[in-house]
Amino acid sequence: MTRERAVVPEAEFRSYYGRPVIKPPIWHEPHMPTYLYLGGMSGVSSMMAVMARLTGHDRLAATARVAAAAGAASGAALLAAELGRPERFLNMLRIFKPTSPMSVGSWILAAQGGLSAAALAGPLNAGPPGGLPHAGGRTGGPGRAPAGVLHGVLRPLGDAALLASGVTGPLTATYTAVLVADTAVPAWHEAYRELPFLFAGSAMAAAGAVSMLGTPRVHAGPARVVAVLGAAVETVAGEVMERRLGFLGEPYRTGRAGRLMRTARALTAGGGLLAAVAGRSRALTVLSGLALTAGSLCTRFGILEAGRASALDPKYTVVPQRRRLRAGAG
Amino acid sequence: MAERTGFFTDTSVCIGCKACEVACKEWNQLPDDGFVFQATSYDNTGMLGASTWRHVAFIEQSRPVPGGDEGVERWLMSSDVCKHCTHAACLDVCPTGALFRTEFDTVVVQPDICNGCGYCVPACPFGVIDRREDDGRAWKCTMCYDRQRGGLEPACAKACPTDSIQFGPLDELRERAEERVARLRADGHEEARLYGESPSDGVGGAGAFFLLLDEPEAYGLPPDPVVTTRDLPAMWRWAGAAAVSAVGAVALAFLGPRGQRGSGGSRGWGGSRGPLGPLGSRAGGGR
Repeated sequence: MTRERAVVPEAEFRSYYGRPVIKPPIWHEPHMPTYLYLGGMSGVSSMMAVMARLTGHDRLAATARVAAAAGAASGAALLAAELGRPERFLNMLRIFKPTSPMSVGSWILAAQGGLSAAALAGPLNAGPPGGLPHAGGRTGGPGRAPAGVLHGVLRPLGDAALLASGVTGPLTATYTAVLVADTAVPAWHEAYRELPFLFAGSAMAAAGAVSMLGTPRVHAGPARVVAVLGAAVETVAGEVMERRLGFLGEPYRTGRAGRLMRTARALTAGGGLLAAVAGRSRALTVLSGLALTAGSLCTRFGILEAGRASALDPKYTVVPQRRRLRAGAG
Repeated sequence: MAERTGFFTDTSVCIGCKACEVACKEWNQLPDDGFVFQATSYDNTGMLGASTWRHVAFIEQSRPVPGGDEGVERWLMSSDVCKHCTHAACLDVCPTGALFRTEFDTVVVQPDICNGCGYCVPACPFGVIDRREDDGRAWKCTMCYDRQRGGLEPACAKACPTDSIQFGPLDELRERAEERVARLRADGHEEARLYGESPSDGVGGAGAFFLLLDEPEAYGLPPDPVVTTRDLPAMWRWAGAAAVSAVGAVALAFLGPRGQRGSGGSRGWGGSRGPLGPLGSRAGGGR
């Protein structure tokens, strides 16, 4: 930071009475960052549900299915509420536009929401109280004659939807990085290489945490591994991003964004370490799961705030552009 | 398609009368901006926004004037406007198709389509477009699309008393601007330069370009604006790599040694044919 300051003396930088050159993102808190969290959580939960279903971790699969559907549905509701004209939210699906990550993302989210909801047909149709995560009974299998036909149709449909959500899941968890990077906001745009990894890691930590919390410990082993891996990826990607950004990494280190990012780093690293041993007790699981969830949320709020700060201070727009011009000329 | 039209704003003859701001507000029926006193010279609109489609910047400087006395103060005045970029980020990122390119090669928002997602706002490298909070939609200069369709020039250009704002076919304006900047330099104004006129710049050339007498950033303009979607293919590649990595990591969690141990059942996908079904098998145990 001090080195970067020395390279760019303040005197070199000019502006129009210190006013911003670009507009800051106008997305509101808590809608936008909470959606980033929920979308990521939903996406990775779908991936986990597919893998759990394929490998016979059925109890974990049920939790992950519900988390995926709930995350996508509540995330979509937050996005609609964030619009200036919420009653026109369907205009998002008016066209498909490859040059707009928000258009691509709307279709991804629509697919993810639909598929993750449809994937619930499998466990729901296993009959109450057999399927849902907190229903512990052992009844409700075959032999429920009236449901037999539905059972035969709905379960395969639900599983097909689940498999398909294995494709939309990873897209849901990472497209949001492209969404924020594809702006003129300096701290976002220049971070387009690391942001997808940061978001993917944060999403893995978040989804691992939810499934850890919502599944009996003995069944939650893979969820804990996902949480640990996610925390590691998020921590490393965040470090690499701030280092490579140099001068533009400053907004992630200072002010409110800096506090949020530091808190996120501590919660994620701590929660990740705890997750590795969380199989030993319920208390450790709760502690780890809550820390990871809070960490993932802090990351998303911190990213939004850093972007806003970098847009509001004209030096982050002007100085890198001047450097680019000088490099091009010389 | 009609010929591409544009604005050439020659700031060297701007007198800061704000007739352009007023004419724009009148014609386009724009609401006020709150009458905020900026305490920075005579500027009371600050920057372009949802309800300010022309903005006159006032820059007070103390510096030597060529051909004049040393240290004489000078005023720079400049009427800023939407650049109507050749490669327009706002248009690229708009998810609803509310932003479109007209037959005059200008960029316009359709207010009946815009759902106020706000994506265009941080996408613009010039900070032009903004969302009106009470109305929820994004707004910006239309280069008086309605007037152009009726064969009239935009209100700001019509109202400008010094022809600082010139409207016409873009090619003609570029020629005129080259002549003007050459003339100013010949007269000793070495600092005169064109901004946004080059089709090889980061936005493919602006439909509204400027003659400036100082660096762009002194006027609040970005020195080297680049359309954000230029890097979009690379962004998707990096996101794809992250998505694939995440898939790999999740798969590892389930297929690795830790994942297989301590699981809730050993049957695979075909296990659903079991007596209790896969989901009923061991639910509720182990807490």
